[in-house]
Amino acid sequence: MTEKIAFERPKPLADRATHYCPGCSHGIVHRLVAETLQDMDLVENTIAVSAIGCSVFLYNYIMVDTVEAPHGRAPAVATGVKRARPDRFVFTYQGDGDLASIGMAEIMHCANRGERVSVVFVNNTIYGMTGGQMAPTTLVGQKTTTCPSGRCRDSEGMPIRMAEIIASLGGTAYASRVAVDTIKHLNQAKKALRKAFEVQVNGLGFGFVEFLATCPTNWKMSSIDANKRIAEEMIPYFPLGDFKDVTTGKGVC
Amino acid sequence: MSTGKKLFIKGNEAVAYGALAAGCKCFFGYPITPQNDIPEFMSKAMPKAGGQFVQAESEVAAANMLLGAAACGVRAMTSSSSPGVSLKQEAISYMAGSELPGVIVNMNRGGPGLGDIGPSQGDYFQSVKGGGHGDYRTLVLAPGNCQEAYDLTMLAFDLAYKYTNPVLILGDAILGQMKEPVSVGEPIAVDEAEGGDWKLTGAKGRPYRILKSLHLEEGSLAEHNLKLAAKYESMRGEVRFESFETKDAELVVVAYGSIGRIVKTVVRKLRQEGLKVGLFRPITLYPYPSAALVELAQEGKRFLTVEHNMGQMIEDVRLSLCGLADSAFFGFPPGNMPTPEDFEQPVRQALGR
Amino acid sequence: MSRVVFLKERCKGCLLCTQVCPKGIIALSGEMNQQGYKIVEVAPGKMEQCTGCASCAMICPDTVITVYKTVKPGQPVKPGEPGEEVARVNG
Repeated sequence: MTEKIAFERPKPLADRATHYCPGCSHGIVHRLVAETLQDMDLVENTIAVSAIGCSVFLYNYIMVDTVEAPHGRAPAVATGVKRARPDRFVFTYQGDGDLASIGMAEIMHCANRGERVSVVFVNNTIYGMTGGQMAPTTLVGQKTTTCPSGRCRDSEGMPIRMAEIIASLGGTAYASRVAVDTIKHLNQAKKALRKAFEVQVNGLGFGFVEFLATCPTNWKMSSIDANKRIAEEMIPYFPLGDFKDVTTGKGVC
Repeated sequence: MSTGKKLFIKGNEAVAYGALAAGCKCFFGYPITPQNDIPEFMSKAMPKAGGQFVQAESEVAAANMLLGAAACGVRAMTSSSSPGVSLKQEAISYMAGSELPGVIVNMNRGGPGLGDIGPSQGDYFQSVKGGGHGDYRTLVLAPGNCQEAYDLTMLAFDLAYKYTNPVLILGDAILGQMKEPVSVGEPIAVDEAEGGDWKLTGAKGRPYRILKSLHLEEGSLAEHNLKLAAKYESMRGEVRFESFETKDAELVVVAYGSIGRIVKTVVRKLRQEGLKVGLFRPITLYPYPSAALVELAQEGKRFLTVEHNMGQMIEDVRLSLCGLADSAFFGFPPGNMPTPEDFEQPVRQALGR
Repeated sequence: MSRVVFLKERCKGCLLCTQVCPKGIIALSGEMNQQGYKIVEVAPGKMEQCTGCASCAMICPDTVITVYKTVKPGQPVKPGEPGEEVARVNG
């Protein structure tokens, strides 16, 4: 009987243990990024921009040329990289504290200018590395170390829906929200990521994918329960799907 | 350094011409008075030079764009004035930590806070003591006239790549806004191999590279800081200064930038009266020309430091003299344009005449 | 027979793979790895139920799992598919 390898570690993903907690979605998103770079034959043409947060160590796991950006500034750094080397593939990998709070100005203007870069945005509704503080995406009622009674709409505002905001900007070619909780969603996620990379490669504009992800440690949940929370609590507030796709005309005014 | 045509241009434009001549291919800016001529000039010049101009959403973003372009080994620059340069400090610290080359121009205006749009030397501390967090240094060049603004900007790019470090041009509103004839040359051909052993190009045919300032492994940050300290020490060889009429001087006036130039006028006038006064004008503020000051002190000269602030560089003068001599101080506050007359009396007083 | 191979030292025992296996053959083992995590296994005798769907590998955050899928006799290994170059006869 013949057999083939149906699944193995993609080559751009380093063969080493990660520092991530058990069940953390970063490992899944890292793998999807590495697979997509490999599938699109971009590995040796890529310059990545890592951000601040748990994923700052991106460069230890995805083996491509990488520059580390200050907190929130990855889209500005990526702008500098892309303008300096327009023929290179450039992506940032940012969490929700990095992108939707301290880096809000940078992400908005990078998208609005239509920089030919792709952004991998991991939304787990919390600051992971610093110990579970409230994020701009923390759901109403969600308890964190800085909103111990749960996020309150009156004093902390509503969680920010980034994919929709990014889709509304003129330079955005593709903006989508995906989740990593089920096999079906993982397949959709990979397609979305590929599209966000393709719009850059084809010079169409800015590509953005928001991944709904877990942080079992700071959510104080088991990995399995954390995964269930994506479907039960996150997706109802953060709907999945493409919010803009210039290749199909979706979301284009 | 400069050959070819002579142009009658502002100091701001001289900086821009100098950057072009040095092979600058990316400019990232944000509007702020009194340096707007630089981004305005670059918005036209960069596309013509086959480069890129981006008006960033903020000074913070502009400096981080500089960091990104620098990581690719492309000659790049940002410019601003005091409040904007405060915002750039984050990226400058990261660039120093990641050892990335780039040129940052500060056309110093009055402060603190919003201050005014007039000239000032209030950013001396911020420039030479490290305006951002962490233990780092940037090379600081202080042009005193438009030709120097051009020449030193060219030099800044070379030094940035020589030391893989940010380099600051510290001018002020006087320098930025005054017009003088400047000899300018054609852009140099930047060596394609520049930065070849560290720059990010995509890891084709070589191991992948990481440019970062995070060092968490035990002992790694200490090692990194020691390496940086050795690099900063090696910059000592770049010291530049102007000594004017100091040879037989009883009193040496220490002043930098456009203030140094105004003091020169005073020195010339007093020399005509036979008064033995000279000017020592540091051109590099980091590294500071301490050794040259010490030599003057050993010759028994007295010192007066004149600044367009309430006393900043005076600390470096005293540190340099290290008890061999002292320096009197005259500080001209920002908010007014100093003239030679403003400095004449303090110099006479220090001379005791 | 399709099969999965676990890189035991990478497993953090998050158990996400146990939730997506359509055959329900992956479970917590009694074993602990050097990192101190209780790790998963395919219970003895149950590997033959594996369909090689790779769901477990796709949801694993730590890339612990390599999946080998049986190619039926006569069914060509499609060009470009992962593993084409390593297709081999098993035992």
